[in-house]
Amino acid sequence: SNDIPGWYQRRVRGLSMDSAIGFVGGDYVVFITDSTQARSILKLESDVDKILQVDSHKMFSLSGDCGDRENFANYIQKNIHLYHYRTGLTLSTKAAAHFARGELAQALRQRTYEANVLLAGYDKDEGPSLYYLDYLGSMHKMPFAVQGYASNLTLSIFDRYYHPGMSLEEGMFLAKQCIEQLKRRFLINQPDFVVKIVDKDGVRTLPSLTV
Amino acid sequence: MARYDRAIIVFSPDGHLFQVEYALEAVNKGTTAIGIRGKEIIVLGVEKKSAAKLQDPRTIKKIVMLDDHICLAFAGLTADGRVLINRARIECQSYKLTVEDSASVEYMARWIGMRQQKYTQSGGVRPYGISTLIVGFDMDGTPRLFQTDPTGIYSEWVANAIGRNSKTVKEFFEKRYPGIRRVKDEDAPPDEENVEMQLSDFDDEATIKLAIRALLEVVESSKNIEIAYLKKDQPLKFMEKEEIATIVASIESEKKKDE
Repeated sequence: SNDIPGWYQRRVRGLSMDSAIGFVGGDYVVFITDSTQARSILKLESDVDKILQVDSHKMFSLSGDCGDRENFANYIQKNIHLYHYRTGLTLSTKAAAHFARGELAQALRQRTYEANVLLAGYDKDEGPSLYYLDYLGSMHKMPFAVQGYASNLTLSIFDRYYHPGMSLEEGMFLAKQCIEQLKRRFLINQPDFVVKIVDKDGVRTLPSLTV
Repeated sequence: MARYDRAIIVFSPDGHLFQVEYALEAVNKGTTAIGIRGKEIIVLGVEKKSAAKLQDPRTIKKIVMLDDHICLAFAGLTADGRVLINRARIECQSYKLTVEDSASVEYMARWIGMRQQKYTQSGGVRPYGISTLIVGFDMDGTPRLFQTDPTGIYSEWVANAIGRNSKTVKEFFEKRYPGIRRVKDEDAPPDEENVEMQLSDFDDEATIKLAIRALLEVVESSKNIEIAYLKKDQPLKFMEKEEIATIVASIESEKKKDE
């Protein structure tokens, strides 16, 4: 609409209703993402899994436009698989993140992939790592990251209480604090969260959280 | 026929496409590759050319994975094989991206066959100088083995050989593949005396043994044999040199006993 300035419209494209939280613990990375898919005032689905397993030890947490994020993540996943069949090697998390960022930056010159993703991976030598990628092609390696409006509400909790090398129990306790704040303060009702972890044994699903 | 063997797109007066036939000759110069379809296993074998002393043998790959569940072995011009395999790998992922299911073995064989045929009917290109054996398991667990060649034909086989001495190996298979009657009499029943082995007894071990026996017929030395096998939902597995040597030893002792 005309009364909203262009800079705000562009800023808001980067923010979405999906809440995607990720953080790095001692030897794991956990993703907690909401499982709601809404359109206008309707909740279309409440059991969406927005975490895509890329390969044995990597996963994407997706947020943004529901078509673009699926498309983008699947495209990156298939290219990472192709690399594996061509070379017999597995890409490191860092390399995968750089590749994904490159694709986002490339696409930006023609259109935008309205996809903001978090990439988590476990490498034998590096250990766990988390990368934040947004639709404009930014990429940051971070100890914890949040996508969507939820970032406004939960990053401060991580700032205050996160410390490197947390055990899984400590980490999940912190995550529960975050989603409880979301329940209190976020306008959108997101009761269910999918939880996945990646560690030396690969990607697996943990019991989902409900507030 | 000198005038009809230059450009690929020109038929000769008696209906030959000479370039394609010459490509088949190139394939027959390449090292042997064999494939056998067992009950729940597929075995691929290649004749390894003795590597030059200074060369690292691990970098010569003639059996490759196209996808989790599809593998390929080829005979002929190695560089052509590399190019075709690269495109096939991309197609496997592209299919998955579009359709969300893995491509079936038949689909990939048809795709590779179609691609090889395209290069027999285009200007300015020459055919791929390779025949391939494409193996894998379908979603329902059925093992499959397909062969393609420079003409673009693809067809399904229970056992096949391509490259040098492929004729010898194919004749070997016609005698030894389980269930196939040894005796020339078509009306004779495939009973115990007539066949090498019943299909029901053709387990993993027997399939691998048959592959090694087949290659032993044509290789210079048993050290030049490379065997890989594929089972459902498992990655391609290459056999260790020691494992192959053990089986070779038991085959040779059996041969001595027969004599």
